[in-house]
Amino acid sequence: MPVRFEVNGKAVTVEVEPRLTLADCLRHRLGLTGTHVGCEHGVCGSCTVLLDGVAVRSCLMLAVQAEGARVTTVEGLSLAEGLTPLQTSFRKHHALQCGFCTPGIITTAHALLSEEPDCDADRVREVLSGNLCRCTGYIPIVEAVLEARAAYKRRQSE
Amino acid sequence: MKTAASCVGQPVERLEDLRLLRGRGQYVDDVARPDMLHAAILRSAVAHGRIRAVDVTRAQRLPGVHGVITAADLGDPLPLVPMRLQPLPEFAAFAQPVMARDKVRYVGEALAMVLAESAAVAEDALAAIAVDIEPLPAVPDSTAAANNGALLFEAAGGNVAMRFRAVRGDAAAAFATVPYRRRESFSTQRHTALTMEPRGLLCEWDAARGKLTVSGAAKVLFFNRRVIARQLGLAEDAIDMVEYDVGGSFGARGEFYPEDFLIPFAARRTGRPVKWIEDRREHLMTMNHAREAACDIEIACRADGTVIGLRGHAVVDVGAYMRTNGAVGARNIAQFMSGPYRIPNIDIDVALLLTNKTPVGTYRGPGRFETDFFRERLFDMAARDLGIDQVEFRRRNLVSASEMPYTLATIAPFESKDELDSGDYQATLDRCLAEIGWGAKTALRGRCVADRFHGLAVACFIEGGAAGPKESARLKLEADGSLTVYMGSSGVGQGLETAFAQIAADAMAVPLERINNVFHGSTAFVSDGYGSYHSRSIVMGGSAILDAATKLQAAMCAEAARRLNCGATEVALADGRASGPDGKFISWAELAAEPIAAEGFFLNHKHTWAYGAHAAHVAVDPRTGEVKLLDYVAVENCGRAINPLLVKGQLVGAVVQGLGGAFMEHLAYDGQAQLLTGSLADYLVPTAADFPQIRGFIMESHPSPINPLGAKGAGEGGIIPVGGVIANAVADALASFGVEPRDLPLTASAVWQLLQDAKKRRGVD
Repeated sequence: MPVRFEVNGKAVTVEVEPRLTLADCLRHRLGLTGTHVGCEHGVCGSCTVLLDGVAVRSCLMLAVQAEGARVTTVEGLSLAEGLTPLQTSFRKHHALQCGFCTPGIITTAHALLSEEPDCDADRVREVLSGNLCRCTGYIPIVEAVLEARAAYKRRQSE
Repeated sequence: MKTAASCVGQPVERLEDLRLLRGRGQYVDDVARPDMLHAAILRSAVAHGRIRAVDVTRAQRLPGVHGVITAADLGDPLPLVPMRLQPLPEFAAFAQPVMARDKVRYVGEALAMVLAESAAVAEDALAAIAVDIEPLPAVPDSTAAANNGALLFEAAGGNVAMRFRAVRGDAAAAFATVPYRRRESFSTQRHTALTMEPRGLLCEWDAARGKLTVSGAAKVLFFNRRVIARQLGLAEDAIDMVEYDVGGSFGARGEFYPEDFLIPFAARRTGRPVKWIEDRREHLMTMNHAREAACDIEIACRADGTVIGLRGHAVVDVGAYMRTNGAVGARNIAQFMSGPYRIPNIDIDVALLLTNKTPVGTYRGPGRFETDFFRERLFDMAARDLGIDQVEFRRRNLVSASEMPYTLATIAPFESKDELDSGDYQATLDRCLAEIGWGAKTALRGRCVADRFHGLAVACFIEGGAAGPKESARLKLEADGSLTVYMGSSGVGQGLETAFAQIAADAMAVPLERINNVFHGSTAFVSDGYGSYHSRSIVMGGSAILDAATKLQAAMCAEAARRLNCGATEVALADGRASGPDGKFISWAELAAEPIAAEGFFLNHKHTWAYGAHAAHVAVDPRTGEVKLLDYVAVENCGRAINPLLVKGQLVGAVVQGLGGAFMEHLAYDGQAQLLTGSLADYLVPTAADFPQIRGFIMESHPSPINPLGAKGAGEGGIIPVGGVIANAVADALASFGVEPRDLPLTASAVWQLLQDAKKRRGVD
């Protein structure tokens, strides 16, 4: 069946089986492989995308459920050249190693900072507790998100 | 812009990050080919049984199914998963066939493989395969392996795959004369590396060229290529192993697994590209498990706390088969039980017991996490018995700098000797104590503050690295004057591109920007490679770069001499120019009108020994058993840090993985050897909310004497002492109750139970 939604600002129509997950649709039908699939049961958070601005697990929803929605993936949160302030902060703090969980964490952190640019370390940890990372021990990730708050505050005050 | 000879040692931001942060990384499941088939593997739900039938007729007829492969299609004898490390003849009887034919021996063992037009259809078809297995009594643990009569391999007559023995001095004589002995039993639980990216392969067979391409390879590509070549009857150079971005290894990913035969076989048989991507449930039941060990050990000390002997027995549950590196953990438990301490008399034997569980392999700090838990727990018990402060006890027994190189226990049956290379173990202990504020915190030990009992512990460790025999690197001067680096090492997420670029930049005396790219992990780049394990890549690969740089500079000088009409020794290479004695010069770009390349090697049969100390401050809630980690300090001396950002990242990340092993991670099985933890809702790993207070510190005072970089492998030290430190801190907090943790993990319920048992022993409620 056809499903129509917006991905990273572009309208798309995809012919899908009803059982296809949004994650698989993004990855294998739309070529947006930045969204990763790590568990397919909603625990690891690698597949996190924004659905109408809210961070959701694209492995736990079907593509057909995205009908009419605005979907943003890590590719949509990136610039053609260079890094965003959030990504720059991740790089500075060495907040990624293998990079597999990273798109999901960037997406989750972006959603958090967009809503709560004043969040404290405990809040960052609480929100990121739904994204598993096996490499970093999370310490540098939390540092990176906290440092990136400034950019989101500026954006909010503009 | 960085000037020459200034890159190494700098916290250079990673080159990899630019693609990984923007979703432009490319992992194997991101790669697709037109006309690609998808594989799904039927896995045994029975732990131990005789296969009576695997009927695939109905599955084969389903629309979209291209074919189903069973063991009958794989030839006789079936290809086996080989031993990569310690390939002793004794292990041959316990090798795993790439697909079960007569017997299944663990839940998750492959029974059949469906090839279909989509992954969904392939998985659907698995349900249409009819399997008839006659169940046999299962061997669910090492106690049963020794006692219950069921045999995994009838021909072997027992479930003991092997015994190792570590000997130093004369333990029997030492124990006969000492004033103090204590004997204790400890155990560590089965857990696993749990890489965030599941395993996967995409294999292509080009019949016209007779060429096989294996994408998704990792860790030890050249070894795996040799195995595939032998098993498929191909020449090695008819196979290209291609590494994409790799979502973590920690020792587990990239070893040769049954699928590493099955998927190439399927591609060759069908003539179509075949992709297989593991799901998380498969991962938990098929990726190498690790860490399940138990011991009964005894320490002998003088009254002043000098340890003079350590002896006893250990058993390691190796699961159903001996796979590639399944003996390493057991060997390390025996050889490294003495850790960084001077223990003159050692006699430890370790039995490798077969059970009906997933086979084991290495996981970061293999054997060392386990044996450090055993030793450090026993040390604290002995120190308390002798009335000696736990720090002082360690100080008295640490190997001193003047004793280097220090010989470790020798391992039998294959004579394996090793020696600690260099270091000042007291200095890392001092730094660790200072960073955690040991003195000030001492007053809190055993005290109850705001309903929580506080405890402190410290432990010292060594980390072996730099396994030989060899590594290769190739440097190429490009036509634009930039340099490209090709490596035999494998990237598994640790940031090799950046570290190797730093080393190459300094070796060629150019700014980092002049390093155009670092290619690693594909068999096409260098003539031979040994990959990434045993914290070896920086030392081995990095040192190979130095050799390649020397050779490339010689080749550039020779070419410049020809063009400048002077002697090669008269040419100076600096600032992107090759200059002759008369002031005439040509640019590197002009020099490389034809690219100039050189391959370098590093040969090594010794190990590097990074070392350090960890300390923890915990607070235990006696009502629930919950342990709060208030502070954790990890200090490691790695000789020379090529990139401190990366070293600290390894350290802190490894500590948190270790905390997972200390507190929560457990691959639990029931009495029928059925896996109970097949999802991430059951197999718990640390989250961002669990351990907010970890501090890592890098020291560099004692460069390794065995390699030109002075570096020591530093990927594993962070995990090694964690179990021991945490258990000792909990014991310290609950000393007034007489709680002595002897088993990991220390879940809240386990600690609560220890408290109840201790209270019962003392006759209080």
